[in-house]
Amino acid sequence: MRFVDEYRDARLGKRLIERIHHRSTKPVRLMEFCGGHTVTIFKHGIRQLLPPTIEMLSGPGCPVCVTANADLDKAIALASLPEVIITTFGDMLKVPGSYSSLQQAKAEGGDIRIVYSTQDALDIARRNPSKSIVFIGIGFETTAPTIAASVLEATQEGIDNYYVLSLHKLCPPVIRALLDSGEVRLDGIVCPGHVSTIIGSNPYHFVPRDYGIACVISGFEPLDVLLCIDMLVAQIESGESKVEIAYRRGVKPEGNQRAIEIMDLVFEPCQASWRGIGLIPESGLALRKEYQRFDAEQAFKIEPKPPREPEGCSCGDVLRGVKTPLDCKLFRRVCDPEHPVGPCMVSSEGSCATYYHYGEGYGG
Amino acid sequence: MEDKISLDHGSGGKLSHELVEKNFVPLFKNPLLDKLDDAAVFKLSGQLAFTTDSYVVSPIFFPGGDIGKLAVCGTVNDLAMSGATPLYLSISLVIEEGFLLTDLQRVMASAKRAAEEAEVKIVTGDTKVVNRGSADKLFINTAGIGLVPQGVDISGSKASPGDKVILSGTIGDHGIAVMSQREGLQFSVPIESDCAPLHKLVAEMLGTSNCIHCLRDPTRGGLASTLNELAKQSEVGIRIEEERIPVREAVRAACELLGFDPLYVANEGKLVVVVPEADAEKVLGKMHQNQYGTRSAIIGEVVAEHPGRVVMTTRLGASRIIDMLVGELLPRIC
Amino acid sequence: MCLAIPALVKSIDGQLAEVEVGGVGRKVSIWLTPEVKVGDYVLLHTGYAINIIDEAEAKETLKLLEEIADQIEG
Repeated sequence: MRFVDEYRDARLGKRLIERIHHRSTKPVRLMEFCGGHTVTIFKHGIRQLLPPTIEMLSGPGCPVCVTANADLDKAIALASLPEVIITTFGDMLKVPGSYSSLQQAKAEGGDIRIVYSTQDALDIARRNPSKSIVFIGIGFETTAPTIAASVLEATQEGIDNYYVLSLHKLCPPVIRALLDSGEVRLDGIVCPGHVSTIIGSNPYHFVPRDYGIACVISGFEPLDVLLCIDMLVAQIESGESKVEIAYRRGVKPEGNQRAIEIMDLVFEPCQASWRGIGLIPESGLALRKEYQRFDAEQAFKIEPKPPREPEGCSCGDVLRGVKTPLDCKLFRRVCDPEHPVGPCMVSSEGSCATYYHYGEGYGG
Repeated sequence: MEDKISLDHGSGGKLSHELVEKNFVPLFKNPLLDKLDDAAVFKLSGQLAFTTDSYVVSPIFFPGGDIGKLAVCGTVNDLAMSGATPLYLSISLVIEEGFLLTDLQRVMASAKRAAEEAEVKIVTGDTKVVNRGSADKLFINTAGIGLVPQGVDISGSKASPGDKVILSGTIGDHGIAVMSQREGLQFSVPIESDCAPLHKLVAEMLGTSNCIHCLRDPTRGGLASTLNELAKQSEVGIRIEEERIPVREAVRAACELLGFDPLYVANEGKLVVVVPEADAEKVLGKMHQNQYGTRSAIIGEVVAEHPGRVVMTTRLGASRIIDMLVGELLPRIC
Repeated sequence: MCLAIPALVKSIDGQLAEVEVGGVGRKVSIWLTPEVKVGDYVLLHTGYAINIIDEAEAKETLKLLEEIADQIEG
């Protein structure tokens, strides 16, 4: 596969690792913000290969993991309405809400369909004119434009039975909130790749400017992540901090202007509730007034029970990088992919699921 | 007006008999079946292998096969994995009311072709029809009996440190072929299910070496789950190398698109063999000569460390644990 | 939510494009990349082309990686 295989080359990877070993003299703490990067790191065993001077922490960049219980409860409540067909990405199916999950709701008769794209959801809407199709909109800035596009497409075509439950979140605000909390001391951030494809590198300038932390935007193949770490180490060793793009084939400083425009046309920033972190202002996306009719929360009467958090679950601490899954008392003992307590174990890019599947701490 | 299966076809009455006598008996023609007694009665002596499996694949027709072929090959292969020569099969059908007769005939013809290649006889069967909605088109159960040759003792508990692990070919073909039907993926070179009877391949391997320790076919749950099963049963560790595992390019691409890991995708015409190092090259060479083993490769070895766990050396030289499949394979978007 | 895969644009039909990844064909929306041309490589995410891959930059990155490797080996 072009533009994929070349960035998995073993020889180039091993040399890059050697260079990182040569260059890295100071102990540093790097956070890979994005869940997709966490998966790449674990899948290829990158942590094992890095020098002991480099400590990697996983961040909250997993949109499934940071979906608040109360929001998931709304999706589940919508699923119980007989006229509603829920369309969702597969990742959300097994995440436990306060009392149930979409998978359970499906088993209890809810019409819940896994889709790969809002395009599929629009198709379902076209083919089921007597039903109301609700799309569970999760994801960061990579995905939000695709939901925005679907809203515009539905408007253009006059599809009037398509709705969106907007649970979208934005990255730069949560990065700021994390750094403001002072809970984790970081020297560098492996910045999200495809979020940056959309928003560009400009939104990250506040990180080196206000916090003196190095930022490098990374792609998702192992060589991409290693190159990013190499560039972060170079910055930190020379005492500078700035925003750089390692993922140059996928990210331009200005991002994808059209995608940004479409997102801005349909959505506006709003306060959002982040699981494990709490309320962060201007960190979520809400449908603008002109597109209110698409808002599932307004279109349907749902009264979910008050949300509650599972006892003993450390997902919040794990998401903020304060704990690793190994520090959680429930990890492996009670909480595993078949019986997940919290979202970090369910999402394919959640830290706990990643640690569980790829065996963190396993030495070669 | 197309002929459809109705509840009457399963009631045991005239229509039932007609269905069996007009369709199944002439198709599978053999002295045991032709008797149409309640049970097939035959003499067998030696060590017997006996297995059963139910097939509920959806869609029932997919590139490279269908539920009929699957039902025969799957059970034949389970017998073969014990080293047995497959001999007799039973076939039980649960048909949803409204199922097209032509589809049923197509599935059964496919089962017949598979049985011929597998050199097994279908000697007894059953047909039930259930109300619309009570079954998803067609479910098939097959049970199989085979004879284990003298001196053959294969078991998942016999893997021993130092043994080599050989895989008979590319992984992920079946699962992706089925998913591609479901998801409407188009391939410039279509991916076909690898569904095939492996009894001959196994017989040839057994003819080459009498030290084969384990044989297993990585069906649901994929190669990863099968290796984990072996590791646990034998209480040994298994180490495999990522670069040695054969995967077709199109399967890899489809997995990337759908968010699957080929290690966990089902196979229906592959096997894993664990054999002492001394015999490994011999067995591998023999496998290469069989049409179902041309891409066989030594993918790893059995070790004393980390018993019960499977560890993979990644391309970059790091190690990572390969766990069993947990839950269902859900498409990954992230 | 970052999984995106590079795909080759084979044909364009209105707001949709037929793309191919390693021999697998897919129809995707080009709402977010209307300027795309046949022969471009795009990043495919949840059924949409979210960006056109900069092939020149891709080459540069590989060149850089080769240079690093040569340096280490040299």
